[in-house]
Amino acid sequence: MTTKTKKSKTVKWGEEPKIGWMEAMYLPAVFSGVATAIKHVMEGKTMTRQYPEVEPEIPANYRGIHRLNRDEEGRVKCVACYMCQTACPANCIEIIAAPAPKDDPHWKDRDKYPASFVLDELRCIYCGMCEEACPVDAIELTSVYDLTGMTREEMLFDKEKLLSVFDETVNSGKDPVRTNRGQLGPASEVAATAKQGPPPPGRGRPG
Amino acid sequence: MIELIKEMWPTLWPTLAAIAVILAFVPILGLYMTFIERKLAAYIQDRVGPNRVGPLGLLQAVADGIKIFLKEQVVPDHVYKFLYFVAPTISLMTAMFGLVVLPFGPVPPEYESGFRFIVAPGVDIGILLIFAISSLSAYGIILGGWASNNKYSLYGAIRSCAQFISYEIPLGLSILGVILAAGSLNIEKIVASQGASIWDWNFFWQPLAFVIFFTSSLAETNRLPFDLPECEQELVGGFHTEYSGIKFVLFFLAEYTHIVASSFMTVLLFFGGWHFPGLTGPVDGSTAGMLLRLFVLIAKVGAVVAFIMLLRWALPRFRFDQLMGLAWKGLIPLGLVNLFLVAAVFTFDINKHFLAVTIVTIPIAGLISTWRLQRELNSTIALRAGKSGLGGASA
Repeated sequence: MTTKTKKSKTVKWGEEPKIGWMEAMYLPAVFSGVATAIKHVMEGKTMTRQYPEVEPEIPANYRGIHRLNRDEEGRVKCVACYMCQTACPANCIEIIAAPAPKDDPHWKDRDKYPASFVLDELRCIYCGMCEEACPVDAIELTSVYDLTGMTREEMLFDKEKLLSVFDETVNSGKDPVRTNRGQLGPASEVAATAKQGPPPPGRGRPG
Repeated sequence: MIELIKEMWPTLWPTLAAIAVILAFVPILGLYMTFIERKLAAYIQDRVGPNRVGPLGLLQAVADGIKIFLKEQVVPDHVYKFLYFVAPTISLMTAMFGLVVLPFGPVPPEYESGFRFIVAPGVDIGILLIFAISSLSAYGIILGGWASNNKYSLYGAIRSCAQFISYEIPLGLSILGVILAAGSLNIEKIVASQGASIWDWNFFWQPLAFVIFFTSSLAETNRLPFDLPECEQELVGGFHTEYSGIKFVLFFLAEYTHIVASSFMTVLLFFGGWHFPGLTGPVDGSTAGMLLRLFVLIAKVGAVVAFIMLLRWALPRFRFDQLMGLAWKGLIPLGLVNLFLVAAVFTFDINKHFLAVTIVTIPIAGLISTWRLQRELNSTIALRAGKSGLGGASA
């Protein structure tokens, strides 16, 4: 049995437990089984969540449906840089960019904006890559988990729909704008970057 | 003819009324027992159970009933049509027929007139009739399994056969002691014989007989741990794999009726029927006394039913060779021992409560019957441990 001893140094061998009389007799097991069942009835504790009435507590990093954030002036924060569309492994984002209307004073500090931003919630795998990729924290995943729809078309979320998700969730307390990057990239804060000069290297787009 | 009915009417209407009660009772009971079982199962498993339909979920049973009655009547092509349809009706009929001689409430000694809680009072072959009829229930199961022409169903039926020849004998042996004590097969007389005090309940001086009877009646009702004919995990649905809709309901009702009948038998034979401390002696005919005794009896039966349901979630299922081993090697010898001891007690005029000591024979019998089993198990363990590598158990 040298091989066995050699093995037992590296491999932990489990021993099958010996069966005593009491176990082989089955009766004590019967009584303990019944006792366990009665104990659970008497305790009266339930693990059940009454779901529609009591909503579950969603953790803060839950990845539910998307929203498009607004900036302070209520415009869409998105700068139509296509980063999310490129990063998306499921190819569910489709952006059509347009130059910001320069003659409109409301848009004068912006270069580009998404004329159309369509996100297919059915195709999305909720990986959060778009959120990671976005340089201006415009797209975020919320904790809304109970998305339903009757048709495929209504699950194609366009810009207005995604902005309305923002309006609904931003004040709910569960989904604050997760702007924890300090100074944002240059694209969204033209005025701020104008004072600061060029963005620091290694952050955002090179150059 | 009409005059004959008129003449018989005073004795006829109580019988018809009792039949009506049973006929109305069984379907409602079946529905609500499923509900109670689901609730109890939920509590045992730390869940809530059905609570959506109606107040406290009480209408769930009704919803289940409506749903299952509206189901499509699927008749597979490969079944033997006649037997396929007959089997569930036989099953339910035999289960309900057993209730004929079971008093479902207190029966006063003078049952000549007025309503009484039994269809056929004063039947001197009471227990014999119940056993004869309830043995037929295996017929329904075996026919159903065979007529389905399906391997799973047939396995269920075969297991039912194996179970049937195992539990019938200890079931019969266990009540012999009770019958000896009462000196009658009449169930009312057996109950009356336990009427003097709580210590006269057969349970307290024939615990061994009670254990044998209860175990066997669990096997008879196809309940866990003896639900071999229909074990879902192995045989899909066992004998009722091919049954759906109303035909399945009939099997289901039969099972629950059987449970209730067995619980009634247990209470009537071993727990003093409608007697209770403070409620002893022969039944008086007053309404209050009757209702009180009815309540006592139903409460006891409810407790037994709840215990049977609880066992389902507490015990694993027996293999059918284990069931046969238990019945043939364990329960039958114990039943004989019990019969012998009861006979000895009555022959030699010993205080019958000494018999309560017989409960220790159960662990003793367990030890005797398992010590070889245990050695075998341990020797196979040693064998496997000796083989290193593939055959052995590695952590």
